[in-house]
Amino acid sequence: MSAATLADVCVIACAEAFRGDGEILASPIGVIPTLGARLAASTFEPDLVYTDGDALALGAPIPVGDDAAPKLVEAWLPFGKMFDVVWSGRRHVMMGATQIDRFGNQNIACIGPWARPKAQLLGVRGAPGNTVNDPTSYWVPNHSTRVFVPAVDCVSGVGYDRAAAAGPSASRFHEIRRVISNLGVFDFETDEHAMRIRSLHPGVTVAAVTEATGFEFVVPDDVPTTRDPTADELRLLREVLDPGERRAAEVPS
Amino acid sequence: MTQDKRLGEDDVVAELEDGMTIGIGGWGSRRKPMSIVRAILRSDLSDLTVVSYGGPDVGMLCASGKARKVVYGFVSLDSIPLEPHFRAARQNGTIEAMELDEGMLQWGLRAAAMRVSFLPCRAGLGSAILEINPELRTVESPYGGEELVAMPALPLDVALLHANRADRRGNVQYLGADWYFDDVFAMAAARTFVSCERVVEPGRLVDEGSEQTIKISRLWTDGVIEAPFGAHFTHCVPDYERDEAIQRDYAASAKDADAWAEFRARWVDVPETDYRRQAEASLAGAS
Repeated sequence: MSAATLADVCVIACAEAFRGDGEILASPIGVIPTLGARLAASTFEPDLVYTDGDALALGAPIPVGDDAAPKLVEAWLPFGKMFDVVWSGRRHVMMGATQIDRFGNQNIACIGPWARPKAQLLGVRGAPGNTVNDPTSYWVPNHSTRVFVPAVDCVSGVGYDRAAAAGPSASRFHEIRRVISNLGVFDFETDEHAMRIRSLHPGVTVAAVTEATGFEFVVPDDVPTTRDPTADELRLLREVLDPGERRAAEVPS
Repeated sequence: MTQDKRLGEDDVVAELEDGMTIGIGGWGSRRKPMSIVRAILRSDLSDLTVVSYGGPDVGMLCASGKARKVVYGFVSLDSIPLEPHFRAARQNGTIEAMELDEGMLQWGLRAAAMRVSFLPCRAGLGSAILEINPELRTVESPYGGEELVAMPALPLDVALLHANRADRRGNVQYLGADWYFDDVFAMAAARTFVSCERVVEPGRLVDEGSEQTIKISRLWTDGVIEAPFGAHFTHCVPDYERDEAIQRDYAASAKDADAWAEFRARWVDVPETDYRRQAEASLAGAS
């Protein structure tokens, strides 16, 4: 079997973010996070609940991007139920981030001042509610100083400093679990909840991350390498979850 | 004879007034009441406040200058993530905006539905929401220990929805996997007008789908429009999928005034009978 690609390693890093979550709804946005959640559910986290990206909870994974794939429908989770799930804390969402700062504040709303943005993006979507109600992770396929910025333009997802400043109701259920990029895996398990390297993908150096990051982050004494997929995980990815190689389009090798 | 709430798109427009707050059902580029939106574009209505989980409904009302203000959690065309007409309006400063967390938006509609002035929620705390909407307030729990966002009610003058089926008395049926927040929009509105793919006789909706699919009772509806392909080019599953080709043309029409005028001429400023024929042909070509 040929070696794992960078995209494969990113999928594993996303899957690992869901380890230990048990029976909660995994809500991945994007191809690599979707593969991560479905891989975790197919292997070490079998109780995870996941959907087809719309209203149907699945009892078995379908390949990403294959709208015609037969679905084993397990339950029904329309948008009307989504806020019941989110507000009850039964979810771990993995969203994208146009910008993110060292305390995990995330922006997907706009670039420039909100009142008259230079670039209007999606709007805050569900990020404000997600981050103060449930564990939240982020996936960034293009780690650069444009994304990892000293301060985000419009706080959509709430970071640790802002949650603390907003008081106990904001911080009570707040947790930014992981930030996963094409360079490595980051968390906030430091004294002041500043971002730190959790692992770097094979071949990536701390210097490369420093170069691509617009703020200071914590570097542990011993920097682990993100693990490779197992042979079984690789087979699942290649034969079951993503035979069309969609993951390669999101993270080229 | 029992009541008959059937009317046409232009009858709905005649019920609307400048400056009204209009809620629009569906979600992104999914099951939007586009035939009513087009009728608004062809009217001389102005200064509308639009409340929506936004898609091309919001984009068109911005591009045509009908919307003065938009209340939204997001505006997206789904397969085209960023709505170009809405983006242009925001970037050019031609609309006023109230941007909310998606959950807060339905919460404000629920408050209106309950006729209370606010509902508390955790969503919004710590984010930019309280800064970009300085009129929002937090509230201290009278039972102690919690400071939460007091999401103000978002009462609507009118809600506009598109469904798969309805009967002429105004019972409304959704046959797809999701009815989004259409029921909440209806409950938040003083009056609700529903377009649908097909109107059936009262009592016959159960032939189309299970009782649970008849999501909105006539208690909450004021008018029913039979509008085949009324959601086109957004999707209306299981009746039809999104028309991606026409959506791409629509998105491209944000390029300049000429491109928008050209799109309008073909897909807005046409009689509905012509529109339906074009939509049907376009969808048939796509499959």
